[in-house]
Amino acid sequence: MATVRYLSASRVYDKGAPPAVDALNLEISDGEFMVLVGPSGSGKTTALRMLAGLEPLDGGEIEIDGRDVTFVHPKDRDIAMVFQNYALYPNKTVAENMAFALKMQHVNPAERMRRVREAARVLDLDEQLLDRKPRQLSGGQRQRVAMGRAIVREPKVFLMDEPLSNLDAKLRVQTRAQIAELQRRLGITTVYVTHDQVEAMTMGHRVAVLSQGRLQQCATPRELYDSPVNQFVAGFIGSPAMNLQTVPITEGGARVAGQTLPLRPAVAAAAAQAGLRELVIGIRPEHLHLANGSGELAGEVVLVEELGADALLHVRLTGESDQVVARAEGRKPPAPGQQVTFHIQPDDVFAFDPQTGARLAG
Amino acid sequence: MTAASVRPSQPRPRQPRRREAYGRAGWGVVAWVVGIAFFLPVFWMVLTAFKPESAAETWPPRFVFTPTLAEFRLVFSGMGPYLTHSVIATVGSTILVLLLGVPAAYALSVHPVKRWRDGLFFFISTKMLPIVAAIGPLYVIAQHAHLLDSIWLLIILYTAMNLPLAVWMIRSFMLEVPGELLEAAQLDGAGRVREITEVILPIVSPGLISTALICVIFAWNELFLAINLTTTNAATMPMYLISSVPQEGLYIAHLSAAATVASVPVIIVGWIAQRSLVRGLAMGAIK
Repeated sequence: MATVRYLSASRVYDKGAPPAVDALNLEISDGEFMVLVGPSGSGKTTALRMLAGLEPLDGGEIEIDGRDVTFVHPKDRDIAMVFQNYALYPNKTVAENMAFALKMQHVNPAERMRRVREAARVLDLDEQLLDRKPRQLSGGQRQRVAMGRAIVREPKVFLMDEPLSNLDAKLRVQTRAQIAELQRRLGITTVYVTHDQVEAMTMGHRVAVLSQGRLQQCATPRELYDSPVNQFVAGFIGSPAMNLQTVPITEGGARVAGQTLPLRPAVAAAAAQAGLRELVIGIRPEHLHLANGSGELAGEVVLVEELGADALLHVRLTGESDQVVARAEGRKPPAPGQQVTFHIQPDDVFAFDPQTGARLAG
Repeated sequence: MTAASVRPSQPRPRQPRRREAYGRAGWGVVAWVVGIAFFLPVFWMVLTAFKPESAAETWPPRFVFTPTLAEFRLVFSGMGPYLTHSVIATVGSTILVLLLGVPAAYALSVHPVKRWRDGLFFFISTKMLPIVAAIGPLYVIAQHAHLLDSIWLLIILYTAMNLPLAVWMIRSFMLEVPGELLEAAQLDGAGRVREITEVILPIVSPGLISTALICVIFAWNELFLAINLTTTNAATMPMYLISSVPQEGLYIAHLSAAATVASVPVIIVGWIAQRSLVRGLAMGAIK
């Protein structure tokens, strides 16, 4: 049970190269499930390893529970980590794997076994598996053993580095829910790294989006989705991704596919104040409403992806080369080749500065 | 190829496969020829060892004879001290090599020391000097240290001789240990010693066994240092073989018997080493 604070924490791998983590400021409160998400190379794993003590800091500080741990050895930070490939000791049995940290702490064998059994029960891990070696287990079982190894320590903070990426799709969804539920039950502060924004959105209390070593935004999943602070977050969060397009500004709005799309007055004012001639507009796929010929935007359906409950339409707007993706509800989506029009609410249109990527009038 | 020219117009889907089979058979024949060529002298040695001295050196060679163990009895009767010295020098040096090689390899791989490349190169560079060039100084040093004709000298020299190769081998095995495992051990609170004993050694143990077996073979077969620095108190099996070389060409059967006896341990060790070597080298593939 602890809080975690990154205070301008930086990590530079090579002199002259851009920092892998650039002055990260992040506060994680007691019992919170914090997800670090970003594309590869965004510094999320480095940030986690800095917290673990596996990566030194080139600037700034890290605090756990109010104590500065910047120069504290990993074993003295009272943390437990679940690695991407689980890192189970191949020569030890499952029970020995889980008890190893306790053995290093000189916990007596009876107590060790009690805690291992307890963790196995919590994780729904068959007791018969405790005497097996990791190589005799399935991928899902290994994953749970890796979780178990973290749980038996009863650490202040759990660190998880893409723990689901080696599981198949179905098991991943299942385990995702189990981990989130387990974290809620144990109430242990957790920092979870993933590149999968769906994982981030479904698991985290709050999600920190990183890109190129910088924190872009840290907010609840709903907030990230509804009001991204910049173009990167807008494009990264949401599946399918937000439609983003650079368009010229005209009288009364933005010019898209030969039509003028009205902008919110606040956005128009902000663009005028910044002296912008162009801006990047962003519209989520579900905000392109099919309008039976009466909508503002027209185009031709290029591809239809049936998802069951709804369908994704890839549409080439009239006079544009880029395609947009729209989510069509209902069971009868338009067919490829068909002409469609979309209606858009001005409130659903996000606008970003094309140079800085910052959201206008956010 | 002839089959192809007889029916050129027919579709021949199986042709490549048949050609492949011919190719495989061809390589098989080559392998057997080479194998037999290598094995023949050994076979001849073993065969001769069972012949009476009178039948050992005849022309044409005799394949029909009454086998006898007389030469083996003779060999065993004189071999005792040599065998003991060889075993002590071999086992002693191999244990020392492992005791010194494991920490050295660790310091050059898992947590590399500063200038580890130079260290690594230094180790192997000691093997580049011809041993003949060092024998003079070695002799003088051994003389002043009162170690001439002492089994301790052989243990020390065989350790030094095998250590560079062992460090290189063990290092390459240690590099195969996944980094996450070491990090997990670090987070679990294992110090350097625990890291080696609890995590690294169990994983590299097949590699350690193959390293040890190679050291055993090299030490067992070593003759040059033994013959120059020992006479009786530390004389090894290869020296016993030398002493069995007939001066007048009349004791071929005796020599063969001695050579057979001297080869047996190496052949056994080599056979074990082959299996664990393969396991050791394949270690990186199993993760």
